[in-house]
Amino acid sequence: MTKSNVMEVPPKGGFTFDLCRRNTMLQQQGAKLPKFRKTGTTIVGLIFKDGVILGADTRATEGEIVCDKNCEKIHYLAPNISCCGAGTAADTENVTDMVSSQLVLHRYATGRESRVVTALTMLKSHLFRYQGQVSAALVLGGVDVTGPHLHAVYPHGSTDTLPFATMGSGSLAAMSVFESRYKENLTKEEGMEIVSAAICAGIFNDLGSGSNVDLCIITKARKEYLRNYQQPNPRSYSRSKGYDFKIGHTAVLSTKITQLRQHVQVLEGDAMEEE
Amino acid sequence: MHHPQVLRSQMRWECHGGQEESKQEQIYVGRSLMGPPTPFTLMPMPGVPITHTQQPYVTGTSVLGLIYEGGVLIAADTAGSYGSTTRFKSVERMKAVSNNTLLGASGEISDFQAITQLLDRLIVADAMWDDGNDLGPLDIHNYLTRVMYNRRNKFDPLWNTLILGGVKNGVKHLGSVSMIGVHYVDNHIATGFGIHLAQPIFREEWKENMTLEEGTRLLEKALLVLFYRDRSAINKIQVANVTEDGVHISQPYALKSEWNLEAFKNPTASAAGSW
Repeated sequence: MTKSNVMEVPPKGGFTFDLCRRNTMLQQQGAKLPKFRKTGTTIVGLIFKDGVILGADTRATEGEIVCDKNCEKIHYLAPNISCCGAGTAADTENVTDMVSSQLVLHRYATGRESRVVTALTMLKSHLFRYQGQVSAALVLGGVDVTGPHLHAVYPHGSTDTLPFATMGSGSLAAMSVFESRYKENLTKEEGMEIVSAAICAGIFNDLGSGSNVDLCIITKARKEYLRNYQQPNPRSYSRSKGYDFKIGHTAVLSTKITQLRQHVQVLEGDAMEEE
Repeated sequence: MHHPQVLRSQMRWECHGGQEESKQEQIYVGRSLMGPPTPFTLMPMPGVPITHTQQPYVTGTSVLGLIYEGGVLIAADTAGSYGSTTRFKSVERMKAVSNNTLLGASGEISDFQAITQLLDRLIVADAMWDDGNDLGPLDIHNYLTRVMYNRRNKFDPLWNTLILGGVKNGVKHLGSVSMIGVHYVDNHIATGFGIHLAQPIFREEWKENMTLEEGTRLLEKALLVLFYRDRSAINKIQVANVTEDGVHISQPYALKSEWNLEAFKNPTASAAGSW
């Protein structure tokens, strides 16, 4: 292969891995790679009699730290389709936004309601093209003219079509609830009960999941997004008098005021307005 | 200068009264089904590090246990896996240690057999004192903790996670010891995959003073989830019941599993290319 001075642009999307060797060398010499924000997660989906119920926890982690206690993991794709995302938060956000935009254009082109398989195909072909480097594991659910559908999409681009699905670090805890309780033709109330029990199993048994339960119920008629449907982790103590400290609470021992105007010289232009 | 190997084989030759011993006592290269060829020495050689247990060979999967009103219930399946194949389907992974204690093990089966032999000697030695006091489940738990931890310190672990359950003088005991010596006591215990799949169910549904019926049903519920979702589990289980009166291990039996969900019959009818 001949070396050229100009870096070649890849044909149509996909990553170039030219800088990987240089990055590993830098890492070995002590440079730190930035930690990315993951949603170590419990996301689930379940098909019931009239449609699909999606559930998710609300904890986002950066390494060992919880960086967002109440993030939104159920993303909008279309008026009748939603998608839960696990893996790297940036990847799930952006891939669902991108497919959501593509679906709008598709709706204009076809003049019809979006189908779940359309979203599925767009997601899986994008993820496959990036060979797993886009770390997005998704639970895609929706109701279209052909009925309710639930799919699990993996970062490398493979998909599963299932009556109930779980993804993320808490998927085993949630799956144990589903496997012991799932039946066919559940009612909406039973479905919501099982989905929130599965998410709670993830929240309390998995360290990567926590905080609250979000639900999204999609039926032929409408989509109900129940943000913070359950909040099983309230702040257990808060000061009953509130946190209002009036002047005089802390003793003032001495006061020294320095006029900064004396130290600042305006060389050019206008002095800033006093406010 | 004589090589130490040569000296020793010469000695053996002399002990055997002149019979030809053509065994090569050099370094063997052992081949295992589950890893690259590992060199091991039958006797120490200068310059070559002594290596002990690096990986398990025939393994058992999860063991589950819980305390009910009459004593302790412990259950396990009867599979012995050799890497990714189910080599043995009738392995007893639970053994009565004494009249009031039961040991269950996951991990390397040969190490479990060595531990049962060790405990047999311990119990016999204790019985010979004939002092009216026998070792109870807590004593055996502590003894095993010491054994496992000391082996770990020598970098030669017994590759097991053990579950110890029993009743003595009305006090019920259920505890676990891992291959590195981590030990704890709880009302419900699981090892291996059971930690992820069965513990969430136990934490939700275990309660004080369950009847034998309720306890067995809870164990079977968890074992069914494990059969569905653990690849090394089989549908042939044994449940052991330890009470003050004695240990009773059931005959192996199978659980009723459900594979005929409508949604599994033609999953990709609406999503061509997925499975």
